[in-house]
Amino acid sequence: MSTPYPFSAIVGQDEMKRAILIAAVEPAIGGLLVLGDRGTGKSTAVRGLAALLPKMRAVHGCRYHCDPAAAAHCEDCTRLKAGGRIKTEARPVPVVDLPLGASEDRVLGALDLERALSQGIKVFEPGLLARAHRGFLYIDEVNLLEDHLVDLLIDVAASGENVIEREGLSVRHPARFVLVGSGNPEEGELRPQLLDRFGLSVEVKTPTEIAQRVEVVRRRDAFERDPAGFSAQWAPADAKVRRQILQARGRLAELAVGDALLHRAAELCVAVGSDGLRGELTLMRAARALAALDGAPDVTLSHLRRIAVPALRHRLRRNPLDDTASGERIERAVAELWT
Amino acid sequence: MDLSTLDPALQAACLLAVDPHGLGGLCLRGAAGPGRDGLLVRLRQALPPDTPWRRLPLQIDDERLLGGLDLGLSLAAGRPVAQAGLLAEAAGGVLVLPMAERVDAGLAARLAAALEPGASNLCVVALDEGQADEAPLPASLLERLALIASPPAGDLRAGLTGSSPASGLPLDLADARRRLPAIPYDDATVQALCGTAAALGLTSMRPPWQAWRAACAAAAIAGRDAVTQGDAELAARLVLAPRARTLPQAPAEPAAEPAPASEAPAPPEPDPPEPAAAEAASPEPDDGEPPAQDLQAQMIAATQAAIPAGLLDSLAGASGTAGAGRGRRGAAGQPAHSGRPLASRRGPLRTGSRLDLLATLRAAIPWQRLRGCERDQQGLGPAPTRLLLRRDDFHVKRYRRPEEATTVFVVDASGSQALNRLAEAKGAVELLLADCYVRRDRVALIAFRGSGAETLLAPTRSLVRARRSLSGLPGGGGTPLAAGIEAAWLLGRSLQSAQGGRAQLVFLTDARANIARDGSPGRPQAMQDALAAAQRLRAAGLASVLIDTSPRPQPAAMALAQAMAARYVPLPQGQAAEVYAAVSAAV
Repeated sequence: MSTPYPFSAIVGQDEMKRAILIAAVEPAIGGLLVLGDRGTGKSTAVRGLAALLPKMRAVHGCRYHCDPAAAAHCEDCTRLKAGGRIKTEARPVPVVDLPLGASEDRVLGALDLERALSQGIKVFEPGLLARAHRGFLYIDEVNLLEDHLVDLLIDVAASGENVIEREGLSVRHPARFVLVGSGNPEEGELRPQLLDRFGLSVEVKTPTEIAQRVEVVRRRDAFERDPAGFSAQWAPADAKVRRQILQARGRLAELAVGDALLHRAAELCVAVGSDGLRGELTLMRAARALAALDGAPDVTLSHLRRIAVPALRHRLRRNPLDDTASGERIERAVAELWT
Repeated sequence: MDLSTLDPALQAACLLAVDPHGLGGLCLRGAAGPGRDGLLVRLRQALPPDTPWRRLPLQIDDERLLGGLDLGLSLAAGRPVAQAGLLAEAAGGVLVLPMAERVDAGLAARLAAALEPGASNLCVVALDEGQADEAPLPASLLERLALIASPPAGDLRAGLTGSSPASGLPLDLADARRRLPAIPYDDATVQALCGTAAALGLTSMRPPWQAWRAACAAAAIAGRDAVTQGDAELAARLVLAPRARTLPQAPAEPAAEPAPASEAPAPPEPDPPEPAAAEAASPEPDDGEPPAQDLQAQMIAATQAAIPAGLLDSLAGASGTAGAGRGRRGAAGQPAHSGRPLASRRGPLRTGSRLDLLATLRAAIPWQRLRGCERDQQGLGPAPTRLLLRRDDFHVKRYRRPEEATTVFVVDASGSQALNRLAEAKGAVELLLADCYVRRDRVALIAFRGSGAETLLAPTRSLVRARRSLSGLPGGGGTPLAAGIEAAWLLGRSLQSAQGGRAQLVFLTDARANIARDGSPGRPQAMQDALAAAQRLRAAGLASVLIDTSPRPQPAAMALAQAMAARYVPLPQGQAAEVYAAVSAAV
């Protein structure tokens, strides 16, 4: 695989980039939904980010490439650790594509038929979810994916564990990944129940200014001519982003969210009428991650304000025939509440 | 060598041969024929001699496409036998995709992933034979193929004798390939290309980039060291024009550019040789250093001439920005692999099907002794496995999945009744749409008036698009009932056969037909045609409801309902809510 396009060289799309950074800092947010036109650099951003993250240490021989320092062990690690010292290896952060039309077996993993039939052994063959563990799972056109698959995915993304109970198999393995779904709402919509499971939702648009569009082509041209040189040119910027993420991850635990701020978040969720408590939770987590990214000493109202639209946009209960954009409704509510 | 004297499809082939991976591919739109075959032969000859060239059949499964284990061989050998996928075989070369209009979303997604820069460096030549009203190639794939062209008419004699054209492309491309990396970036050209793309309503960032690559390739072929205006125009014609979403509103550009502007309105037919003649004239007049604004205006003018005539008409209709349900076809065509389980059935293991292990073993066990004996007789020695399985033993799980239902509204939008009937129909469609949003059903809308019927809303589940096309529903004119029924029959049939769904037709009409099928006025003939069309509808087995919207129940409407085996619902004061109630009772 050749060098991916550097993350920091992506022109514009600030909201999307910020949301991806937040998801990388705080995976508990539960995924990211990117809605918008084709050719706006969605997958480029995900790949670029994964490439700039430092390689991760993983247990050698573990099919789920677990973190050697992790407390919870999968069956592979348990077996390896029982056998004495484990070896570790450095692996790049995985980005796994989930193609449209993938079967349940391929996503979840299934009985290894080959070995079951030819050798009579019952072995679990890990699927895409296992491969995406500790990385990113990218689904293009998530709105066209069959509902039952989306159900599965979101469930696993929320629990961080893939549980398989079928075909005589009873396997559970860790599957913590950042779910990134993308799609064009004009081609079909996600069920509201599923929408709600995504942590953040951003809308991307292609830049309309000619200057910006020219810049996109210019950089892409430079990249295509000399990928290594171009990457080297952007390496300092990428390194900065990497530092920012790593520092933010470290700082996340120290940041506390005050009661007053929780109150404010709840206030907003009530005002816009978002269902359930997931809205508040995401709002707080995202605000905290944003503060950590900024290097701020504590979480403030301004962080909340900046994250309100992506965190709540897709959670509003709406009349299917009402045309008002959800983003505007939230902005209005924010302006009224937190003047 | 001058590219501009060639047919557009040949130009595209040349560009692709110079920069196959950068351009991603070529979509050839048009019927099969000697012209297309000749073009493919010439493209193949133009590529470096050892370039892989593979044909991709539509029914390919994942194992064969991506590579995997050959289950049959593995079982026989008692050890895993791997097979390389077609994508790996075609790496660095060309993948030809025939019948591209029938590609399902899953295959398109896999090919699109393979076309990602750096993935496997292949390019795709999609042969799209879709008729005008068929859903074209899935958008996710089409986006990644830079060039779109129609195959040339071809040489009749070559088709008859079956011999391929003797010569390859009339150009030597090895030189061009060498020159390509050295062509410098040119800001003014890129700016003009971006501007043109924006003027044509292209929101994606891929087309301007692809157009730039094409311009570079064109310059390399011409033996130049920099991209000129002519190259950029050629690229815009081949990459941007076929994707146009809107007609550019060029401000007073015809006056400024005498040569291209006089040519621009000339070729109204989508006749391939015609633009080729037009462009021979255009590259000359601009040699100096035109400012970017000028450049863009010229390019728009050149591009405009290359926009196929029918394209914008079809866009002005119902299709909105994304074609009718593009990208979702095929989702229903796959065997269901979820849902309520049915009895498993003997069958081959394919992608999407799951082995029923118990049934497979049950089928195999009675034969174990015999198979053992058979092995001994053949002198094969003891079996490597305890269980002797054959391909025939495989049982595959089957599931029943709720069918995808589509409600097709066929609305009489004619004459005096149009206004209030249309309002009611709109209201009912919106009500049903809200319902479908919950049930995951789809809705389509056909209106007939004047001299024909048109599909205002292709089957959709998207509220955004539904609302948009409903708001622009026109009314007035005669009542071409037969045309309306025929349009409904076509749509319903394609829904039921091609996509494995269920269609429910809802007619809202007073059955006072006065335009015959051939467009001529006259009541008796019109009614006769309508009844004939209705019988065809019945033969196709489409479920329908006929809502009589005339003030008093009409015998004609009743007869029509009988002819199409429809439920007859008289609704003299048809209110949206009542229509909705009647339809949801029938559905």
